[in-house]
Amino acid sequence: MFRAREYVKVKSLEEAWSLNQKRSSVLVGGMMWLKMGNGQKGTVIDLSGLGLDEIEETEDAFVIGCMCTLRQLELHEGLNREFDGVFRECVRHIVGVQFRNGATVGGSVFGRYGFSDVLTCLMALDTEVELYRGGRIPLEQFADMPYDRDILVRIRVRKDGRRAGYASQRNTETDFPVIACALAKKGDQWKVSVGARPKRAQSVIICGDMSPEKLAEEAAGQFSYGSNLRGSEEYRRHLAQVYIRRLAKQLEKEA
Amino acid sequence: MEIQVTLNGKTVRAEVRPDELLLDFVRKQGCLSVKRGCETSNCGLCTVWLDGKPVLSCSVPAARADGRAVTTLEGVKEEAEAFGRYLAGEGAEQCGFCSPGLIMNVLAMERELSSPSAEEIREYLAGNLCRCTGYMGQMRAIEKYLNRKGGCACGENS
Amino acid sequence: MERTARIVGSPVMKKDAMALVTGKPVYTDDIAPADCLVVKVLRSPHAHALIEEIHKEKAEQVPGIAAVLTWKDVPQKRFTMAGQTYPEPSPYDRLILDQRVRFVGDAVAIVAGETEEAVDLALKRIQVKYQVLEPVLDFRRAKDSPVLVHPEESWKSLCPVGADNRRNLCASGCDSSGDVDEVLSRCDYVVEETYHTKANQQAMMETFRAFTSMDAYGRLVVTASTQVPFHVRRIIAHALDIPKSKVRVIKPRIGGGFGAKQTVVAEVYPAIVTWLTGRPAKIVYSRYESQIASSPRHEMEVRVRLGADREGIIRAIDVYTLSNTGAYGEHGPTTVGLSGHKSIPLYGKAEAFRFAYDVVYTNRMSAGAYRGYGATQGLFAVESAVNELADRMHMDPVRLREINMVKEGDVMPAYYGETAGSCALDRCMAKAKEMMDWDSKFPAKDMGNGKIRGVGVAMSMQGSAISGVDVGSVTIKLNDDGFYSLMIGAADMGTGCDTTLAQIAADCLCCELDNIVVHGVDTDVSPYDSGSYASSTAYLTGGAVVKACDSMIRRLLEKGAEYLNAETDQVDFDGKRVYRLDGTGEISLKDMGNQVMCGNGKALEVTESNTSPVSPPPFMVGMAEVEVDTETGAVKLLNYTAAVDCGTPLNPNLTRIQTEGGLAQGIGMALYEDVTYSPKGQVYENSLMQYKIPTRLDVGNIQVEFESSYEKTGPFGAKSIGEVVINTPSPAIASAVAHAVGVQIRELPITAEKVYRGICQHSHLET
Repeated sequence: MFRAREYVKVKSLEEAWSLNQKRSSVLVGGMMWLKMGNGQKGTVIDLSGLGLDEIEETEDAFVIGCMCTLRQLELHEGLNREFDGVFRECVRHIVGVQFRNGATVGGSVFGRYGFSDVLTCLMALDTEVELYRGGRIPLEQFADMPYDRDILVRIRVRKDGRRAGYASQRNTETDFPVIACALAKKGDQWKVSVGARPKRAQSVIICGDMSPEKLAEEAAGQFSYGSNLRGSEEYRRHLAQVYIRRLAKQLEKEA
Repeated sequence: MEIQVTLNGKTVRAEVRPDELLLDFVRKQGCLSVKRGCETSNCGLCTVWLDGKPVLSCSVPAARADGRAVTTLEGVKEEAEAFGRYLAGEGAEQCGFCSPGLIMNVLAMERELSSPSAEEIREYLAGNLCRCTGYMGQMRAIEKYLNRKGGCACGENS
Repeated sequence: MERTARIVGSPVMKKDAMALVTGKPVYTDDIAPADCLVVKVLRSPHAHALIEEIHKEKAEQVPGIAAVLTWKDVPQKRFTMAGQTYPEPSPYDRLILDQRVRFVGDAVAIVAGETEEAVDLALKRIQVKYQVLEPVLDFRRAKDSPVLVHPEESWKSLCPVGADNRRNLCASGCDSSGDVDEVLSRCDYVVEETYHTKANQQAMMETFRAFTSMDAYGRLVVTASTQVPFHVRRIIAHALDIPKSKVRVIKPRIGGGFGAKQTVVAEVYPAIVTWLTGRPAKIVYSRYESQIASSPRHEMEVRVRLGADREGIIRAIDVYTLSNTGAYGEHGPTTVGLSGHKSIPLYGKAEAFRFAYDVVYTNRMSAGAYRGYGATQGLFAVESAVNELADRMHMDPVRLREINMVKEGDVMPAYYGETAGSCALDRCMAKAKEMMDWDSKFPAKDMGNGKIRGVGVAMSMQGSAISGVDVGSVTIKLNDDGFYSLMIGAADMGTGCDTTLAQIAADCLCCELDNIVVHGVDTDVSPYDSGSYASSTAYLTGGAVVKACDSMIRRLLEKGAEYLNAETDQVDFDGKRVYRLDGTGEISLKDMGNQVMCGNGKALEVTESNTSPVSPPPFMVGMAEVEVDTETGAVKLLNYTAAVDCGTPLNPNLTRIQTEGGLAQGIGMALYEDVTYSPKGQVYENSLMQYKIPTRLDVGNIQVEFESSYEKTGPFGAKSIGEVVINTPSPAIASAVAHAVGVQIRELPITAEKVYRGICQHSHLET
């Protein structure tokens, strides 16, 4: 059972950062995963008093506070209008409304979980994360970084006119995905991200005019896959190709 | 640490552990309708409202509820009974262990969605597991309940 | 007095419904005293090991710890945790704590303390030195393995079930009629296939739990979430080696059981703590414990040989079942029997059958009772084989069944020679076919978008109580103002038997339902009942209600005649009064209720028991329509239609919900529920995050209708409903998938990946 010695609802990011430098400290997002741990923690740091639970639309981007819930992503009209409903599509399978009212975007992205739908979706877009000390860096770079004690403050998704699609396959409707695929197109450039391989999402960029079949073959071949309870490496490889192709066709049709 | 919570409309001051979950807190406060069915945020039995929104009380630190409003089934007795009567009318409470969590989410849905379709209802309530009923009887009860004042688009084609 | 169904057959609300939907504190953990010690169990990390040393001193020193128990502190008499009638067919192979641990999660020590924190800390401070032994993990290699799960001398089998602990056998046997090999050799078509069903968790929403305390008389009071209160009393007495008179068991409201709580999974732990310390104690299993150390369905591998002539008449059925009971034998010898006895008899024209089985011990979590109880496993195999026979013959599987199915009046040799006294299986088939619009959908329809829809069918039967064994008893008493108390020993676990039994009583006594109050189970007060399992309550305890009401009416007539200065044959009873037939006098029930409390020497209280020489099977037909993605193998269940013959539905709402709920569990079993193990024997599906039960988005559209027969031996014509409903989804869905994409899955669950691999193999063979 999860145990902690102290709970601090911080007044500032600086306070949060200082407290978080101790190895025994932990930042709490939605508490979905943290409580399942068995470890003894020192300080639980709660950012919920800092107003980081808003989605702000600026001229060229959406700025998503780390304490925004998955449910906010799901319901946000601007985000879903701009990106063809991928945000709704990528979270609607996640357990249930109550879960999505609790789970935070920051927790989901900072955790860089292999099964993360949100990470997969964001990666197909032009996304940056804003770290308290590390500043703004591309999501891809962040996803490859080792876990550190910085704080993920916001996520910025650039409005660059790209069109996007999201698809996943699950053993039950609200289970973790067996595979998760996101695809975005801008001009003749495709960005493909695949998560739940079961490793964490990665993305590739493919340029040039090509058929959905060719795109799918080329893109799916660039990822590595693995096996777990939910599916084998070989099956995931196959699924990635199928869903990338279907998404490409879908974007082609809607264009 | 001490927190102050508006629990079912009443101000409650209480000492909580830093790792205490809202679920354990509300049960200690006598709100025994709130049940635990898992440890992994999967079952929906522990659904309560935090500032009016349905959340899993097993996944909210009690400390986070400080200064906020928490509602359990005990706080919406009349509404719960009104819908509960429909549920019982179908025999769809069965063992009843998941009923309070389901009822809290149905009442939250009623506030959030106007005229939901059958598919929207199923999606909104997907996080409420039930092992007894196969969900069909719950659906019949929900549709009848929402239809009592014409609030449900779900009809014969659902 | 004429018995007419008035309240029986009407969809009345459950008596406890409003308490449940308004969240009243009526479950075990809600009513446990605040000062209960928290009890937890230290569990083995090894699949097979001997405890060489165990040191508990440091754990005992943790402030707030009241007891730390190891194998040295518990009685050394073996018992079984199976909730069955004594002498139990399940072997006596358990100790509360044993020096040998037999699966990952087996109990090593018990800790009780004043707070959960103290107990958690103490658990960490127990030092155990294990001698790790080689485990038996593969159930196909368990029989006669050099590694024995139960080598101990004190192991004991009470019944002749073919058990032999020196061979890892929990049971073994064979039953046959006619020369099956000879008939098979003369058949035009023979299907021979092997089917594999996996362990499944009942996953009732309320996990295992109980609390215990000592009462003023020095007796141990056990309040438990159980289906079998009287068996709990006996088992606790056996486990603690104390007289049964020292134990009292109370059953409050139960958050679901489905057979899981037919095994005494958790009760012994707080019981021994309270018995040794005198202090109240409580255990609440975490979902994790409920997934790794509980009583799931027996994994079975079933080989079927099925022979038919040119016209499709099934002439011989040969079934061999290998069942995996895991580390302990709870329900092992009995579940396996149903895999043959509840599948073969569906086919009334077979001239010969053989049913052989072995039940083996392995170093896996112990299996137990789960709704369907072996019939589910056997029916997946036999019904799949029948579907495969139809496909090979290019015959509609509905037609194949129509010409073979058991009919009312048929003798069923593979069902203990019983006659099907009530059977509407033919009408169920016709109804299900109509509901599914089978003829226009069979076998499949290409949707033109890479998806193909297919349909499949299966039949099912179960029993109604265990013939000649189960006992249902009922006490009825008349109280002041003329209301009745109905005391039952059957356990309502959400199913609604407190209400349905009261419905029967109300019709027998010609009164309103509210005039009958029901008291759930307290072994000190309730009359003896074997418990709520084996689909027994409606049929058997329902029968006891009828008997008890008849006796009560005789008592009322006698007493009424006395008050009216008449002979018994000069009076009658109409539910409200006893009256003289000549119209010269009457006394109301209310007045009698009040008058017998003064100067009366004969109690208006009766107890009747019921048992049955037969176990009339309910029957049903289930049909599935699925849509399969031909590229990914993903299966989506669209529609499930079912027509059920449970005799008279006592309460149509509750029988419907039972059916829909059982189908949903069966759908989960068919499509995704699985228990798998690491090479070291750890369960992977150790939470509801990993063990996926259906959500409301997964079950498709379930439609249920009833085609009732009338069972003369049952109360108001009723048979059972609880279990028969879980059996059809696995074979029906498997066949629907086969019709859609030509892939017959023989090992559950039917995952997308298995279907995809099948499709690949198919196209490989075709090219």
